[in-house]
Amino acid sequence: MTAETAITPKHTPRDYKSDIKPVWCPGCGDYSVLGSITKAFSELNLDPENVAVISGIGCSSRIPAYTDCYGFHGVHGRSLPLAAGLKVARPDMTVLVASGDGDGFSIGGNHFMHACRRNVDLTYVVMDNRVYGMTKGQASPTTEPDWDNALTPGGSGISPFRPLVIALAAGANFIARGFSGDQNGTAKLLKEAIEHPGFSFVQILSPCVTFRPDQKEWKDDVHDATVDPTDDLGRAARRLMTDDGFNVGVLYRGEREAFQPPIGNASATVADLEGKFAL
Amino acid sequence: MNQPTDNATSISLVLAGSGGSGVITAGNMLLAAAAKAGWYGLMTRSAGPQIRGGEAAALLRLSSEPVSAQPDRYDLIIALDWMNFERFADEIPLDENTVIIGDASAAKKTPAFVTEGPARRGDIDFKNLSKAIPGGRPNMIALGTVGALIGLPEDALDAALSDALAKRGEDAITASRAGAQAGRSVAADMPATPKLPTPEGEKAGRWLISGNEAAGLGAIRGGVRFVAAYPITPATEILEWMSPALTKVGGVLVQAEDELASINMAIGGSYGGVPALTATSGPGLALMTEAIGLAVASEVPVVIVDVMRGGPSTGIPTKSEQSDLNMALYALPGDAPHIVVAPNSIRDCVFTTQWSVHLAEAMQTPAIVLSDQALGQAKSVIAAPADIAFIAQRETASTPAQGENYQRYAVTASGVSPMALPGTPGCAYTADGLEHNPRGTPSGGAKDHHIQLDKRQRKTDDFDYGQHWADQAGEGDTVVLTWGSCTGPVLEALENLAGTDDAARMISMRLLMPAPKDQLTKALEGAKRVIVVEQTHSGQFMGYLRANIDLPRDAEHYCIPGPLPMRPGDIVSLVKEGTPS
Repeated sequence: MTAETAITPKHTPRDYKSDIKPVWCPGCGDYSVLGSITKAFSELNLDPENVAVISGIGCSSRIPAYTDCYGFHGVHGRSLPLAAGLKVARPDMTVLVASGDGDGFSIGGNHFMHACRRNVDLTYVVMDNRVYGMTKGQASPTTEPDWDNALTPGGSGISPFRPLVIALAAGANFIARGFSGDQNGTAKLLKEAIEHPGFSFVQILSPCVTFRPDQKEWKDDVHDATVDPTDDLGRAARRLMTDDGFNVGVLYRGEREAFQPPIGNASATVADLEGKFAL
Repeated sequence: MNQPTDNATSISLVLAGSGGSGVITAGNMLLAAAAKAGWYGLMTRSAGPQIRGGEAAALLRLSSEPVSAQPDRYDLIIALDWMNFERFADEIPLDENTVIIGDASAAKKTPAFVTEGPARRGDIDFKNLSKAIPGGRPNMIALGTVGALIGLPEDALDAALSDALAKRGEDAITASRAGAQAGRSVAADMPATPKLPTPEGEKAGRWLISGNEAAGLGAIRGGVRFVAAYPITPATEILEWMSPALTKVGGVLVQAEDELASINMAIGGSYGGVPALTATSGPGLALMTEAIGLAVASEVPVVIVDVMRGGPSTGIPTKSEQSDLNMALYALPGDAPHIVVAPNSIRDCVFTTQWSVHLAEAMQTPAIVLSDQALGQAKSVIAAPADIAFIAQRETASTPAQGENYQRYAVTASGVSPMALPGTPGCAYTADGLEHNPRGTPSGGAKDHHIQLDKRQRKTDDFDYGQHWADQAGEGDTVVLTWGSCTGPVLEALENLAGTDDAARMISMRLLMPAPKDQLTKALEGAKRVIVVEQTHSGQFMGYLRANIDLPRDAEHYCIPGPLPMRPGDIVSLVKEGTPS
């Protein structure tokens, strides 16, 4: 065995892909995100059985079944607490959470804030296409206020949610933005997000070719972040507040310790507990 | 004024006052002292919704025998002040033998139902007596008076005070003992109450425990090591007891941001292989129902303890009712077989919660435990619950042989499919709330749906619940059919009727879902008369029985809503006269 083969990862992206055919439309950005996720796993050389992919409901939330890792496709908006429960109970697992802008920021908005705060060691990937795709084209929290659709004709009239700003204010430990059109770049971001301790949030702009064909233009709008990631909250806040939404790269790296209460270290028996009640 | 009175077998008394006056503290000390003296006892709490300053009462019943119910009447009431005392009028039945002692300085504020009622009166100057003692408090004066009136040995009370105040230091203990002594010294001027004889013999093997603590302990006995929950009255004490207890036995409790998160975290922990639980009350259970359906579909065991309170909506958070039964049975989306069980005493909170963990784990499905405020927040001296062998045993999968594929939802005879825990090589699967095929792949096909519905139903229908589905007691042609916290009063009533022409037997159902149809039908064989007893307004339990078994057409039905407790005297009267007293 040569030195070269010794450092070659034993796993390839294919090892993390299942044989189930996605329900996504041809051209959907989520195919590429799936590719980035499996590429990141293989580059970290994680054993597939030690990885769990957890999701809620929506187009992007279909991802767990398309991987050959452990997975949980839960109810709408609740992927983060499901994942936090798993990670706290099983700290040995690498847990990635997949969501979309409706699942993650609307019905799951409260959990998003508290997951950032709690800082469990999770990687939270939100495929943001500014639309509800699975229910066929309604406005989500990140949709432009004047985007016309059947449910809110003429547009929702509501200012879009700024997830990266919220994540920073709520205490996320790692904040990045990727673009599905750059599979390798996104894989690199995900790899770093998984390795970073605590709660890592990665927004991935992932166009919906069916209900938002205008998003095909995103490939011309995205641009690499021009400054290095910061660990300074004030600088990060200013950057994220003035950001045009297409700044791609790692934007904030925090240094908070991950939340992981000890589990499995017993110092007493059940009989000891019962003794407290005895007269 | 004291007249000699016959020795009683049980004494019932109330310590009342505004919240913060220390009546609950004094009640706890009295119960602990009674336990030390060798008595049994039950203390129920009644309180208004205010955090501080509302009305509060400790309702105690002490006896030389185990106590299973609140009494029909009270022997003694001590009110440190009369603030909002009239709100207890319905909950504290008085008669001409009741003694009521109030604060002399507030005699003018005595509510009409007391002054105009039949009870005998006495006044004690709690305020000035306590002012005369450095660090003295009126509740300790009252404690001393009660102790002397009912015949509680002084050393038992002093020992209980020392235990309760150990952390507060020697000064606090001295002040409280002096207060109790002052209270004892004025007791002789009060109208007499019955006295309990001091028991002789063995008091080992007894516990002093609340229903909420008992439920937490049962869960840990059953193997629960992961809890996620959100605080809610009257369930919070389960969580506050379990949090440090779990840490000691290698488990963990996470405080979630809401009940939606609690149940999903619990499901996540259990999916990871750690037996998991959440505890809540009605409003929280309402929020959890979608995810409990997820646990049914994805076949993840989880235990949900609902400590019921008065509803609907926010209802009466501090008081008891059995009205979450329908929600526990029917609120899940779709055809969703799950387990619903109910403890029927404080002691049984240990067993039933432990059993629920066993059932959930064995059948890989959620189990809802319906406790209530009357059990959860009440404290009792009980015979130590026997250790039982129900420890979480989940059928797990191991790496399949070369060439074989793992099927998470494989169709089996029992309906239970071996569950691979994350980390097991060769078994990766996606747990799903979407309908799926045996492998776990989402499927909307009619055949897959039918096969999986059958499989999930089979798990709970075919399980052997043994004799635990109900507790039965007594003999007779009349059957009182009940559940949960109504069981204690029914048991006491039946004991009173035993040996008379009106002797009756009781069936108290512990297993509510799946409905134990065959067992119940068989148990009702030979009954000439059936009386259904429950604490709801709409008769939820009766409706459930009618839907599931061929209950006699002329079955009688007694249902009262909370917060009034079911009383033994009402049950005696129901059996004898056909109407409550």
